[in-house]
Amino acid sequence: MPFSLLRNALSSDPCAKPDFPPPPPLGRSYDVVIIGGGGHGVATAYYLATRHGIANVAVLEKGYLGGGNTARNTAVIRSNYLTPESVKFYIASVDLYRDLSNELDFNIMYSERGQLTLAHTDGAVRAFRQRCEVNRHLGARSEMLDRQQIKELVPCLNLDPGHLPVLAGLWHIDGATARHDAIAWGYARGAIARGAHFHPLTEAQDFVVENNRVTAVKTNRGLIQCGCVVQAVAGSSSLLLNKLGIRAPIHTYPLQAMVTQPVKPFLDPLVSSSALHCYVQQTGRGEILIGGGSDPYPLYSSRATLDLKEGLLAHAVEMFPFLADAKLMRQWAGITDMTPDYSPIMGRSPIDNYYLDAGWGTYGFKATPICGVTMAELVASGGETPELIQPFSLDRFSRFRQINEMGATAASH
Amino acid sequence: MKLMPCPLNGPRNITEFTYGGELVAMPDPAACTDAEWADYVFNKTNPAGIVREWWLHNASHYWFIAERDTVTDDILRTFDPGELFTARIDFAPQPARQETPS
Ligand SMILES: Cc1cc2nc3c(=O)[nH]c(=O)nc-3n(C[C@H](O)[C@H](O)[C@H](O)COP(=O)(O)OP(=O)(O)OC[C@H]3O[C@@H](n4cnc5c(N)ncnc54)[C@H](O)[C@@H]3O)c2cc1C
Repeated sequence: MPFSLLRNALSSDPCAKPDFPPPPPLGRSYDVVIIGGGGHGVATAYYLATRHGIANVAVLEKGYLGGGNTARNTAVIRSNYLTPESVKFYIASVDLYRDLSNELDFNIMYSERGQLTLAHTDGAVRAFRQRCEVNRHLGARSEMLDRQQIKELVPCLNLDPGHLPVLAGLWHIDGATARHDAIAWGYARGAIARGAHFHPLTEAQDFVVENNRVTAVKTNRGLIQCGCVVQAVAGSSSLLLNKLGIRAPIHTYPLQAMVTQPVKPFLDPLVSSSALHCYVQQTGRGEILIGGGSDPYPLYSSRATLDLKEGLLAHAVEMFPFLADAKLMRQWAGITDMTPDYSPIMGRSPIDNYYLDAGWGTYGFKATPICGVTMAELVASGGETPELIQPFSLDRFSRFRQINEMGATAASH
Repeated sequence: MKLMPCPLNGPRNITEFTYGGELVAMPDPAACTDAEWADYVFNKTNPAGIVREWWLHNASHYWFIAERDTVTDDILRTFDPGELFTARIDFAPQPARQETPS
């Protein structure tokens, strides 16, 4: 390194290489068309190339790389869910995350700090015990903490917010964060280097369907023939499904978040409260990141509301009273595709060669690597659903086999 | 603050209301198939545009219907459900449940 530094200091050539070449011309036909250039879409393209040798792939993105919810999420990574189906799936994702900087040769700033979820009612304590047991049985590191242990872990936390004293906590040692943009950039760079095409400003608008197969995708830049299609468009999921007449239980809700000005490091773990519907964490830059539940009604807009911000901040101040003096620096929102059981919709659709990666709502960042792996497997096998995602099929709703993760999701994403 | 024009109580702060889902016709629970029932219970159209939906004014426990644009969040019209539901709906009687021997 020092030698190259010296050499480049003396040379007139710029040594920094751009990570991305300019986008190639739009092809007329691809084996696989992936709609949506967020983390999920580019991770699928990456694993198609690396694990299955399939590189005649186009990722269509109506905006820019990773500009959707991948750019807007609060980067909570964890596997402490309730049902065995989910816990297994998310553990596989956390395992991939741990090694992702090496795999991608791109620093994703993975930071395993642990996540603490607070219980304020007996019901929540019981539910946390159950999650704890399921987690440990399947290999995720979770344990129950009492008030004294919580105090030692997070000394500045108010254990008696208003009428809701903290009774216990679910401590998830595997809880982590990562740099969200780096996930999209790292996967995209790897996929492009192996031959996949990434097309920004390219919107999928409609489909040509023959014999129950999508044979071409209509875009704002012309028609693209395709062997098969993967849809990974988060909040816009229903809009594409409606074009194909596929019925799904998805509602699009905005989710808002915000950060304060940076302060000295004081908070290592991610802290979330089940009853206050609020979570607080300190970013690597020192900002206090505050997030919570979704907007109260569906909307395709990332506008902000004072109502939601006021409620969320009141709860954040209950948890950490000194935050009352902090100034907000930024706020934003994303549109999220929510399902009734807070689990995703993955796998086959009623159209033979149209694969779904949807219903990721407020919790899909942590699943980005495993979604890429399993969607690539699904595509490469010509539609054989990998075991890990079988429980998340669209038809679970007509079989009344929901995977209920509402309690394990609502406030902690 | 966003206002919701309630047909019963006039314009009120939208935080006084609860969203109740898209307006969809309910199939006859005794006569429809499981698939039809699941479609009714779970599936949504979720359009980006104007949608008819149920809303509840919490304090007066009054349900009504709103036409709202899900892109601009403009509420175009609200009205009493009596405008649409003019007759009593009688579903087919449920068949008596068979006791399963334990
Ligand atoms: C405020 C907020 C906080 C969150 N916090 C967390 C968290 O802490 N942990 C967690 O795990 N998850 C969290 N999430 C959820 C997470 O962000 C998403 O589930 C995840 O990023 C989804 O990734 P994606 O690649 O599927 O979607 P996106 O990153 O949204 O990518 C979809 C892309 O599709 C594009 N697109 C849409 N329609 C079309 C079309 N017709 N043609 C072409 N392109 C199209 C969009 O422009 C977009 O770039 C949060 C979300 C929000 C909004």
